[in-house]
Amino acid sequence: MTVFIIRRLMQSALVLIIMSLLVFFGVFAIGDPVEIFVAADADQAERERAIKALGLDRPIWAQYGYFVVNALAGDLGRSFVFNIPSIELILQRMPATLELASCAVMLSVVIGIPLGMFAGYRPESRISKTIMATSIAGFSLPTFWVGLMLILVFAVELGWLPSTGRGQLGEFLGIRSSLFTLDGLAHLALPALNLALFNISLVIRLTRAGMRENMPMDYVKFARAKGLSQKRVVFVHVMKNIMIPVVTVIGLEIGQVIAFAVVTETIFAWPGMGKLIIDSINNLDRPVIVAYLLITVIMFIVINLVVDILYSVLDPRVRLADAGKS
Amino acid sequence: MSGPTASAPPTEGGARVETPFRRFVADFRESRVAVGALGVFALIFAAAMLCSLISPQNPYDLRQLDIMDGKLPPGSVSGDGLVFWLGSDSQGRDMVSAILYGLRTSFLVAVTSGVLAAFVGTSVGLFAAYYGGRFDTVLMRMVDIKLAFPAILIALVLLAVLGQGVGKIVFALVIIQYAYYARTVRASALVERRKEYVEAAHCLALPKSRILFRHILPNCLPPLIVVGTIQIANSIALEATLSFLGVGLPITEPSLGLLIANGFEYILSGVYWISFFPGLALLVTIVSINLVGDHLRDVLNPRLQK
Repeated sequence: MTVFIIRRLMQSALVLIIMSLLVFFGVFAIGDPVEIFVAADADQAERERAIKALGLDRPIWAQYGYFVVNALAGDLGRSFVFNIPSIELILQRMPATLELASCAVMLSVVIGIPLGMFAGYRPESRISKTIMATSIAGFSLPTFWVGLMLILVFAVELGWLPSTGRGQLGEFLGIRSSLFTLDGLAHLALPALNLALFNISLVIRLTRAGMRENMPMDYVKFARAKGLSQKRVVFVHVMKNIMIPVVTVIGLEIGQVIAFAVVTETIFAWPGMGKLIIDSINNLDRPVIVAYLLITVIMFIVINLVVDILYSVLDPRVRLADAGKS
Repeated sequence: MSGPTASAPPTEGGARVETPFRRFVADFRESRVAVGALGVFALIFAAAMLCSLISPQNPYDLRQLDIMDGKLPPGSVSGDGLVFWLGSDSQGRDMVSAILYGLRTSFLVAVTSGVLAAFVGTSVGLFAAYYGGRFDTVLMRMVDIKLAFPAILIALVLLAVLGQGVGKIVFALVIIQYAYYARTVRASALVERRKEYVEAAHCLALPKSRILFRHILPNCLPPLIVVGTIQIANSIALEATLSFLGVGLPITEPSLGLLIANGFEYILSGVYWISFFPGLALLVTIVSINLVGDHLRDVLNPRLQK
């Protein structure tokens, strides 16, 4: 186990180094770094100072060193638009995105698993067929269009829910979040549902497949023969077996959800990282783009690492397969 | 997948020999849903390709537009007698025409990037499987790293660095998609490489390139076709999403994503049709491709074959 974790850590470190090199050369080889880190309206003295500070008058390998040291110190230039350090700006916006993403994942579990279990338990019923047809639509519908239609129906036509912004924030245990006020929850409802839609469909399909696979198995017959109630067989015995693939896929999907938050945040004007990066691309606010790049790369490497380790804890076969490969 | 059917005995009367292709067509026709979806897709594709001939106006020729016709609801008649069956956008564009032109761009981008990605990915996968060893490890690790990051993130990053443009979005889509082809081809090429017919080809001292492309590749095609179909649908959706976000196609190109983004401004005032109909067109296209792809997977899967 320890060997596996050490190996995975080393792999992640390698990926991180490769990605930092890619970002560095992407920024420094394609464009002029001075252009990227210094605002276009800066005067000559300001430019010189920035060049010194960023070490741009040094040879290229030393520049990479400066880049890494600066990045580690959390200094990747100031945002042209907000005039605060770009990393700080992104870290400010991160909680909103994480809040939206975690709500979306929660929704996909809370809605997806019961629907999927029902569809797998009674595959021939009309309700199950409707559930499955809807889940195909959930796969094929472009997220951004669904978002617009949600706004059209629930915000414009019915007027039930607000369509933009985060609403009032409440504070609880030192965390500021929309989850703690009614107004915030109302604002959260549509974006979270929009972001969750794809994963709801995914969880429905996985759960249904697991249900259909497990129901005819011997352990189910045995549990029934023991005289257990149908409820207990389905919700305890079968459920436990369905959960393994579902948990894994949900873990892997967290990264996807954070990435797709870009689209949802833009539509619902949700003040998270995703909206920030789109605004920065449109405003050519390059320090923010570079910082966003590095932070998401690190985030994804951490997520992948955690999922891999958790997976190997849950399922020892993975560990063995990996050890045998080399 | 190879061999047995090619030499199958002729059916009654010996008139029709069952070739793999004929069997494939017969299998495909078994699902009415898939045939219907293929029909719908063919119709949309043809209409989009012939858009300059069949659409009522050229929505990107500014001389044909009249701002007075802007934001008319579906079914209204324009100043010069043209009926806007699906309404008009803020600049007085007929939505039917705009959608057809947008679809044409979507197809061109998706198919071009799909073909290029298939070419790059197939080559990478074939070489990795055939040469193996360290070469294989390095190539596949690159693919693994790429697949660890979501497609939309990679596209966003590339386009943020490169800027907008048709060529750039095609490039981004190729980078995103090649990994799927590479993985698929490598997996089936690894199996094929160990079969007797490859050994036979080696004994005949055929050149390596011939063995790779004429012997191994044709036997890796079935899964490649399935991946290709699904990837076309995905890249249409991704291109529309990127254009919607304003980082994909430039405003001068007709695009469904941009149309929907333009309509977004007016949706709060109840002008729904500018966003609704392009999205519907996108949805029908993607669903029909996915249905065809789903059925292709069943038909081409040797494990499910009778």
